[in-house]
Amino acid sequence: MSRHWRAALLFALLLLPPIRKALEASMTWQMLAQIPLLALAGAWLGAAVPPRLRAAIDPWNRHGVTGLLLATLTAAFWMLPRTLDAAGTRATVDLAKYLSVSLLLGLPLALSWPRAGFVVRGVFVLELIATCFRLGWLYLATPVRLCTIYPFSDQRRLGEYLIALGVALVVWIAGKLFWGGVGRRRPQPVFTARGAWRNAGTNPAPRARDGVPAPLSRFFRAR
Amino acid sequence: MPPWRTLAASAAVLIAGGAALAAASDGFQAFTTATALRVAVRAHPVRIPATVRLETHKSRRIALSDLRGKWLLVDFIYTRCPTYCVALGATFAQLQDRLAAPIAAGRLVLLSVSVDPDHDTPQRLAAYLARAHDRGAGWIAARPLGVQDLRRLERGFGVTVTPDPLGAYAHSVAVYLVDPQGRLVEILDAADADVVAHALDSRLRS
Repeated sequence: MSRHWRAALLFALLLLPPIRKALEASMTWQMLAQIPLLALAGAWLGAAVPPRLRAAIDPWNRHGVTGLLLATLTAAFWMLPRTLDAAGTRATVDLAKYLSVSLLLGLPLALSWPRAGFVVRGVFVLELIATCFRLGWLYLATPVRLCTIYPFSDQRRLGEYLIALGVALVVWIAGKLFWGGVGRRRPQPVFTARGAWRNAGTNPAPRARDGVPAPLSRFFRAR
Repeated sequence: MPPWRTLAASAAVLIAGGAALAAASDGFQAFTTATALRVAVRAHPVRIPATVRLETHKSRRIALSDLRGKWLLVDFIYTRCPTYCVALGATFAQLQDRLAAPIAAGRLVLLSVSVDPDHDTPQRLAAYLARAHDRGAGWIAARPLGVQDLRRLERGFGVTVTPDPLGAYAHSVAVYLVDPQGRLVEILDAADADVVAHALDSRLRS
């Protein structure tokens, strides 16, 4: 099954009333399952973007910065307790959540991540880890319910899970740093700014690219 | 060449995203539904439903409109509540001391409304007041007479009551200030009796 059909199927599944109700019945399931799955549907949709359109977006999204910024702001919007409350009580707001999380978070993330270099990726992952710890800590430390539609116990449980997720991300990234993976990538077709598919290969020979001097270009692999 | 187009696109995304976040949080003032309500009430007082019928801890039947002409400090409780309602009760007992003068002058009434009317009979409400060390003046505990009355109170005050699986209720913990014209004018933090007393003092003076 091609990816855009998978995306449509996942989106439709999440939209099914019983599934939607079950996932939105708790703050934990909504934030750790529903929203990531919606983003995944959007990311799969990224495969359906035709190369011509990709090339048109390209110069507006160097190093994936614009797309990652859009994804971050969309995530921040749905992190406000108010907006989650509104999504839980009003169907129109919930629909806006479905569309924006898939199209303004998952999709730009999928289009931008392969274009982001080591530094941009590092900043993004670090900020993701910090957000897990920040929110987790907030949910555990705050004496009041932040979302009025969810019970206090749910908020505390989510706090614990977020801390655990932050720890898992740190362990994963540390593993990648120590046991390779960073800088060593499998050969994959990469669409370059010059408008042609080419094989990026493993550790391509350093050469001057986009104004970056040859010896440095292997460290700034953004295309 | 610097990536001007990426810079321009990023700036546009940042401005649009910032505007959306600002709009969704009343200009970065209110990030939760509860604070949003506080901000909104302070700007635009809300008329509370006057015809809601209540039964007091002395088994008297009253309507909210019977309390017109006085300032009201309202909180929402249920007598089986083990946590917040105890703190709310303590706050109200302290307020009875701090605000003894306006209470004695008939200018102020403290009202605790039960969100569990089926269980909270007048006897249980009276026992709740006794447990909270009611000083005996100006504090009414009451339950809504019917389900409709409770729903109208929830809507009128913007209170959300979520039943818990264990027969408990998660509910808004705050003190609601109603003016003599029957308008909800301020929602205050219930944790600090001093803040509530100060807010009422300044209203009474002006």
